[in-house]
Amino acid sequence: MRPFRYERATDPAGAVALLARSPQAAFLGGGTNLVDLMKLDVARPDLLVDLRGVTSRTIEELPDGGVRVGAGVSNSDLAADPLIRRRCPVVAQAVLGGASTQLRNLATVGGNLLQRTRCGYFQDVSTACNKREPGTGCSAIEGHNRDLAVLGSSPDCIATHPSDLAVALVAVDAAVRTVGPDGSRVIPLTELHRLPGSDPQHDNVLAHGELITAVDLPPLPFAANSRYRKIRDRASYAFALVSVAAAVDLVDGQVRDVRIALGGVAHKPWRATRAEDLLRGGPLTEQRLRRAAEAELVDARPQSDNAFKVPLARNAIVRTLLDLAGE
Amino acid sequence: MDTEITLRVDGADHRLTVDTRTTLLDALRERLGNTSPKKGCDHGQCGACTVLLDGRRANSCLALAVAHDGAEIVTADGLAVDGQLHPVQRSFIEHDAFQCGYCTPGQIVSAVALLDEAAAGWPSAVTFDRPDGAPDTGPIDVAGEPDEIQERMSGNLCRCAAYANMVPAIQEVARS
Ligand SMILES: Cc1cc2nc3c(=O)[nH]c(=O)nc-3n(C[C@H](O)[C@H](O)[C@H](O)COP(=O)(O)OP(=O)(O)OC[C@H]3O[C@@H](n4cnc5c(N)ncnc54)[C@H](O)[C@@H]3O)c2cc1C
Ligand code: FES
Ligand code: FES
Repeated sequence: MRPFRYERATDPAGAVALLARSPQAAFLGGGTNLVDLMKLDVARPDLLVDLRGVTSRTIEELPDGGVRVGAGVSNSDLAADPLIRRRCPVVAQAVLGGASTQLRNLATVGGNLLQRTRCGYFQDVSTACNKREPGTGCSAIEGHNRDLAVLGSSPDCIATHPSDLAVALVAVDAAVRTVGPDGSRVIPLTELHRLPGSDPQHDNVLAHGELITAVDLPPLPFAANSRYRKIRDRASYAFALVSVAAAVDLVDGQVRDVRIALGGVAHKPWRATRAEDLLRGGPLTEQRLRRAAEAELVDARPQSDNAFKVPLARNAIVRTLLDLAGE
Repeated sequence: MDTEITLRVDGADHRLTVDTRTTLLDALRERLGNTSPKKGCDHGQCGACTVLLDGRRANSCLALAVAHDGAEIVTADGLAVDGQLHPVQRSFIEHDAFQCGYCTPGQIVSAVALLDEAAAGWPSAVTFDRPDGAPDTGPIDVAGEPDEIQERMSGNLCRCAAYANMVPAIQEVARS
């Protein structure tokens, strides 16, 4: 690992100021992704600014009935929180479906959302990777691409976003609150991560030194009827091949409202708005679900080894929503 | 870049100077001579380095020592009090729950933490699939649920695949 300096800040403004002065500096959450990438020489910060004591570790109810989760809350505390489990089981399930307890104890909410792709070429500095070193090419397109994207990829990058939590948050209309060198803003989760395009080195829309301070979950009563389904190569402790986060509001057998997001298929958590639109206002039958899922996936462009993800995603959508309907 | 930190390890206080790059695992093993946490993968994937960090299990290979200045750490070595093995340690021996033993200190620390987490009402990924759903408060019974124990132990790999006896070893302590 390359040498680096380590500093602490006492508040978000102080942490942001420390990063603003150093273009190679990085925030340190739990370190479970960043320290790993530093060992691999993929991340090369010259300064780490520890967020312990900077970002909030509390989960609070907002006056409008929403819930605010501090960016410093550990993944374990988020998943165990009674309010989250009652209001948004999909969020607790997604977190618990990822990593292990000993990782979730260290990992923070902010760090989880900003973890980097698990594409093997990104993690291997001996290979070409446009995300790690812009302009060097994408080794995955002609290489091992079984785990990689089928939606929204580009000729320059077919990486996927690995976070399970982000998929659940995208489904329930969450937003992140940030503080950066240019002030503070609120970014809907659907707009936090981006598609790779010709500049896959940027995973998300945050500026250098922009700090996530909290995640807001809006009041969404039917999110109490939500679920996360993760499909992977082993029963536990593996990243998703495909995952589905869904919530549904069924009234007299008709879909009044629905939320669906997919993980493991794209460079960002994939909100399935096309499928949602097709499902609203009708019954939740297997046939309608299949058609809606197929419409969502028509633009899929699989690679040599991952065409299986398309029917897998379709079936996962159908099964997850039928489960929610109690069928 | 050197920094001075303090760590309380298995009840004893230590003051040491570490490079910022030093992980807790390396500080424990190389600097303090506590070799009970093991280095398997050094990337958070195997759980051999698991310790209790301020009361919670954590992969010490991904935790920077400087970031945990002042922390209280318990390793598998520190679970035995006055020469008396911890009930989980005893149960692993009684159930022959290991083969080469390399993963064992991490497994045991994880199992000790698992019992506390279930008692504190932390759900796991499989809790939601149980017929009683995920109760949102109160302790979660894992003694009669091998699935719960397997899921909660999934962050600890065993190259010898001695898993089959670990589950009953943990169930027995959970029951008592
Ligand atoms: C073996 C293994 C298996 C895993 N399996 C899964 C899995 O199945 N599913 C899954 O979702 N995840 C999985 N993970 C990833 C894990 O969830 C992440 O490593 C963790 O959530 C990152 O959180 P952290 O606080 O440790 O982040 P860090 O490593 O500290 O930071 C990650 C990034 O976020 C930045 N950052 C951190 N906090 C903030 C903030 N508040 N504002 C702005 N920037 C910030 C850092 O600068 C860094 O770039 C796995 C990890 C390992 C090692
Ligand atoms: S050595 Fe830490 S998880 Fe493998
Ligand atoms: S007993 Fe040998 S690795 Fe687990």
